[in-house]
Amino acid sequence: MTGMVRIWKFGDDIDTDALAPGQYMNAPLDQLSAHCLESVNAGFAVNVKPGDIIAAGFNFGTGSSREQAAQALRHLGVSAVIAKSFAGIFYRNAINLGLPVFECADTDQIRDGDTAELDLAQAKLVVAGDADPIACQPIPGFLMQILADGGLVPHLEKRFSAGKI
Amino acid sequence: MPQTLAEKIIATASGHQSVSPGDIVTARVDLAMIHDSGGPRRVKPILDRFGGTVWDPNKVVVVSDHYVPAHDDETRSIQALTKKWVADQGIRAFYDEKGICHVVVPENGHLIPGMFVVGGDSHSPTGGAFGTYMFGIGATEMAGVLLTGEIWIKVPETILIEWTGQLGPRISAKDMMLYTCGKLGMDGGQYQAVEYRGSAVAKLDMQERMTLSNMTAELGGQAGIIAPDETTAGYLRECGRTVENADFWRTDVGARLKAHHIFDASALEPQVAAPHSPANAAQVGDYNKVPVNVAYIGACTGAKLADLRMAAEVLRGCKLSSNVTLKIAPASLKDQEIAKNEGLMALFAEAGAEILPNACGICAGYGPDRLGEDVVCISTTARNFRGRMGAPSSKVFLGSPYTVAASAVAGYIADPREIQGRHR
Ligand code: SF4
Repeated sequence: MTGMVRIWKFGDDIDTDALAPGQYMNAPLDQLSAHCLESVNAGFAVNVKPGDIIAAGFNFGTGSSREQAAQALRHLGVSAVIAKSFAGIFYRNAINLGLPVFECADTDQIRDGDTAELDLAQAKLVVAGDADPIACQPIPGFLMQILADGGLVPHLEKRFSAGKI
Repeated sequence: MPQTLAEKIIATASGHQSVSPGDIVTARVDLAMIHDSGGPRRVKPILDRFGGTVWDPNKVVVVSDHYVPAHDDETRSIQALTKKWVADQGIRAFYDEKGICHVVVPENGHLIPGMFVVGGDSHSPTGGAFGTYMFGIGATEMAGVLLTGEIWIKVPETILIEWTGQLGPRISAKDMMLYTCGKLGMDGGQYQAVEYRGSAVAKLDMQERMTLSNMTAELGGQAGIIAPDETTAGYLRECGRTVENADFWRTDVGARLKAHHIFDASALEPQVAAPHSPANAAQVGDYNKVPVNVAYIGACTGAKLADLRMAAEVLRGCKLSSNVTLKIAPASLKDQEIAKNEGLMALFAEAGAEILPNACGICAGYGPDRLGEDVVCISTTARNFRGRMGAPSSKVFLGSPYTVAASAVAGYIADPREIQGRHR
């Protein structure tokens, strides 16, 4: 459970150049993150609070393989992204970096600025004031394991120390 | 059970008799490709936590193409780190300032049909033109591959894109992909395996096929594969490679497909995608006379030898519009040398083009040539997201090398079929 947090709502095709602009790609992560999504919502990086959730339309994270796109969101404290669909490389990167990502057909009813609580284990979003929770697709068990370990690196560290490599 | 080409490659790499879409399997990679931007500087800190060495230095290829040539302390240190890491790891396949990874890797014979390959770059599907299952991953996942030689994959369904008929004059693979992006959208590939075939595809040379596979990234496919044929074998012979089991590496008749799209190449018009999405594609006439300031012939998508020849065909005997700067960044040093021997580089110079290094250049928005405020550019690159190639106020239209060259001559977005002869 995330507790009650703010939702930041975005549209379709949010691309990796919006999430991690090329111009700041060789800057340190905190500088890069300060520009995260600025071309779509100038107030986002300044005002987002740890725990907040992003909701979006189709094809979130489209574009480059740069994982700073997911890293910047994590750095800013975003606790999960819920979208109608994700670009494949972004989806893998997010899981590998320990950022939960949920596919959800019903993000249209979520509004920017809503407050909500996300149940990660049950893949359910409860929006304040709404009677029914919004069901998301559960993350496959194998990937949940990587997320639970905190991302791919800690997951591999566990495997290494267990001698499974 | 009839199988798709993607299923055959993944089954082989994961040591299974057969696999089915939706299965999550662990596969051994035949090759891992990384570049200077997402490569050593990002994977080294992770590898160092595990003892620091790659699983097999003979299966790793490294290309410096994003931050070259270095132009400040930051980029110089990236290049120095890349060189040192490659030497420390004992990696022999290192291409330093030889061109863009997706072009340099196949031109050196690293890809053959049936291989299962990962690349640390989103345009890694380019390798699919060789009947290879190749896809892009991020740096952390690449570090995992470099440590273990393995990666998990959810077996994709196959989306077949068949092009019947033949392309008309001055219409190219780039037009085919812009059209497809316009039709299916940037998530039309649904992170599945896209396979290209049909009479128009069969007739394309390898570099044009690479353009199809390359822009599978813009379609949102995981891989963009083309079954090998005589053209593939011929290209590989030139690189000193032979194709084994060529008849096996194809989709069986009756294999289960997710979708089968049939498009008619004979009816295709030159395509242009308006800012800020490759899916904003329409035929060139819809953007006729939109003035441009910069014409860019660059990138793995649009500055290979085949692309340079297309541009040269249009530019021959023409003068650039005084309102346009034409910048050409040949995709590889090898392609540039062949172009030079064919007289194309002299032709470009004579037309007034500026030649940039064999690197990603403006495409990635890195380096000093980034587009300035309010610049309108027509480009042979693959993506035109807001701010990618420079200032957020700049606008990028995408077109084929023919269309970009024609627009450089006209000063506005122009149909390449109408430029011929007019400016001689
Ligand atoms: S040329 Fe552009 S698309 Fe190709 S690898 Fe470089 S940055 Fe990526």
